[in-house]
Amino acid sequence: MFEGWDAVVLARAQFAFTMSFHIIFPAFSIGLASYLAVLEALWLATGREVYINLFNYWLKIFAVAFGMGVVSGIVMSYQFGTNWSAFSDKTGPVIGPLMAYEVLTAFFLEAGFLGVMLFGLNRVGPRLHFLATLMVAIGTLISAFWILSANSWMQTPAGHAVNADGQFIAADWLKVIFNPSFPYRLVHMVLAAYLTTALVVGAVGAYHLLRDRHLAGPRVMFSMAMWMATLVAPLQIIAGDQHGLNTLEHQPVKIMAMEGHFQSHKDGAPLILFGLPNQQAGRVDYAIEVPKLGSMILKHSPDAPMAGLDTVPRENWPPVAITFWSFRIMVGMGLLMLALGLLSLLMRVQGKLYDSRLLHMFAVAMAPAGFIAVLAGWITTETGRQPYTVYGLLRTVDSASPLAAPAVASSLIAFIIVYFAVFTAGVIYLLRLMAAPPHPGEEGPSHDVPIRSAGITPAAGAVAEGAAR
Amino acid sequence: MIPIDLPTIWAFIIAFAVFVYVVMDGFDLGLGILFPLFPEKRDRDVVMNSVAPVWDGNETWLVLGGGGLMAAFPLAYAVLMPALYTPMIVMLLGLVFRGVAFEFRWRTTAARNRWDIAFFGGSLLATLAQGIALGAILQGIHVSGRHYAGGWWDWLTPFSILTGVALVIGYALLGATWLVMKTEGELRDRAYHLSWVLLLAMLGAIAAVSIATPFLHIQYTERWFAWPNVLMTAQVPISVAVVTALLLRSLANKYDYQPFFLTLALFALSYAGLGISMYPYIVPQSITIWQAAAPANSQLFMLFGVAVLIPLILGYTAWAYWVFRGKVKPESGYH
Repeated sequence: MFEGWDAVVLARAQFAFTMSFHIIFPAFSIGLASYLAVLEALWLATGREVYINLFNYWLKIFAVAFGMGVVSGIVMSYQFGTNWSAFSDKTGPVIGPLMAYEVLTAFFLEAGFLGVMLFGLNRVGPRLHFLATLMVAIGTLISAFWILSANSWMQTPAGHAVNADGQFIAADWLKVIFNPSFPYRLVHMVLAAYLTTALVVGAVGAYHLLRDRHLAGPRVMFSMAMWMATLVAPLQIIAGDQHGLNTLEHQPVKIMAMEGHFQSHKDGAPLILFGLPNQQAGRVDYAIEVPKLGSMILKHSPDAPMAGLDTVPRENWPPVAITFWSFRIMVGMGLLMLALGLLSLLMRVQGKLYDSRLLHMFAVAMAPAGFIAVLAGWITTETGRQPYTVYGLLRTVDSASPLAAPAVASSLIAFIIVYFAVFTAGVIYLLRLMAAPPHPGEEGPSHDVPIRSAGITPAAGAVAEGAAR
Repeated sequence: MIPIDLPTIWAFIIAFAVFVYVVMDGFDLGLGILFPLFPEKRDRDVVMNSVAPVWDGNETWLVLGGGGLMAAFPLAYAVLMPALYTPMIVMLLGLVFRGVAFEFRWRTTAARNRWDIAFFGGSLLATLAQGIALGAILQGIHVSGRHYAGGWWDWLTPFSILTGVALVIGYALLGATWLVMKTEGELRDRAYHLSWVLLLAMLGAIAAVSIATPFLHIQYTERWFAWPNVLMTAQVPISVAVVTALLLRSLANKYDYQPFFLTLALFALSYAGLGISMYPYIVPQSITIWQAAAPANSQLFMLFGVAVLIPLILGYTAWAYWVFRGKVKPESGYH
């Protein structure tokens, strides 16, 4: 079985599948960790019970999501070796250290303080507990820093040389880490994570407000989430635009695929809104386009010439249809987020933030929008990088392990079965947790002294701490 | 005798990371392996809670082992991972099952039993796969140029099955002695009883692997038995005998802490034995640590981080263990 299959295609399918499943959880937990830190800080600062209730409510959800992120992440760290050994041999000296630093500065920090964050409030007191929460939140951000640096180096390699064994080596570590696309990708992804979390928090709040608009917890979380959408969605669109300009400078072929620009345009390229990219024929069928707008957006000048894929040898073309469509899905989601942010602002100004059923239904419907946008965005950038793993320098076909197709096919099938079984259950448990509203005296994942977590106010905690000394 | 250069330092760092992993996730996986022997929900909750706050940190050492290997010895990573393809995938899938079980089993009553089975099955599979991978590395890997050149079933031999089973026994012993340390009453009594049985099995496994290893390659035999090496290598079996005697005494006296830490000492000695067999190869008999080493500036760049961060990590990890020190009370249910 599978003898006739291409092992490289199977390995790519496996990476795409396991990566797509994995990214969902960090995209959520990066934002949620920060949100938890904010909630706990607000609780410590104000002593208001609603904040600790919300904290404990989201902490249980965080525990489940974080666990799934960890186990699917361990898979990623070994998959480079199992399926992409030639890539690992050649790029290990450059991106290996970046990932090692991710483990040392981020994963250990998160894991080391996670236990205290989840189960330790009554053991260490509110202040140390807040420190643990903060460490976990910072850890998720440091993790994003290193892994996006590694990914960006693969997109826009810099600061490297090649040694006698054909390995990439670092000539200048700062140039490797802060390679040209890294700052843009980092900002874009962290904002995406915050938006993704805000949309989930907002949807859960809205869902409970639709049932009872007077619930304190849902009101607070909905308001906070909508502020996030109002403020960050426009920022994200600016960041995305800047990221696109950076891509045009360093990976122009990716932009050609995203825009569906098969042909070069000497005096202003159109913006193709929709159409069916036809890679075989080298054109976009049924294109609906706005003349000159493509050059306007990408070059800020309507008549600027733009090269198309006709200037690039065919063997260097990325798969255009996937890049083209995933990009449009991402942008579409972004525009919907902007709309939600603006609508919520309008309702807030009119004093109807907690009363508008339309807004609440819109917010509920937007719950998965962040995840869809993150996945679509990553598919755009990763597919648009093809046919290379290290852009322009190492081709994907030269990166794979010397494995027989049946080996890769069997593991792919195993991953598909296991991931669907395990993560479907996980998502059901998450939805079940979210379906119940947060209530007064909400318990965290732990209560190893008789349940009094709601009764522990920061002030009382401080007194207890003082007494203990 | 052993030169102090970057590849050697890194070989010790990777070996250290893998050993810390074995120490920490060993008892953690061992608890999963022993899970079916504790059918009562109340006992299972205690077993699970004894490790719930720290399991994630324990597994991070595995990520450091893999990530560190890729960074410091990319050629070894690139050769070993395809060679160990099936055991690695099985280990990863096993870790998925057992990892999610920590949270999932508290989120459902109807399907709790299913996640208990996942916790057991995942732990068992992951351990077996790790032990098999170890055996497959020791018995040698077919390399050509800079690539793995064997098939995808090369790892499966009687020797690798032996090391797989040996590791299952070893982790189970770590799990049992961990429970001796962390629990009370009837649960602890059963853990004592299990420790006896598993210790005898573990000694048998150590003996079997020790006897089989010299037959794999003549180099292993020379390393262990050639004069004057034998003066040094003989310290390992002698130490094993001493630690075993102490361990038997601590079990007979029903000590709380000693059985666990003496079992760790047994693991450390077995691990040192492995190191003696393998050094200076990172892929036995074909690639040395110098051949596999990343360029000096990569190893140096990471060495700064390791020198500062590993002590820090050990510090706050120790703090996390300290916070959750002492016996786990059944009524304390973390969840």
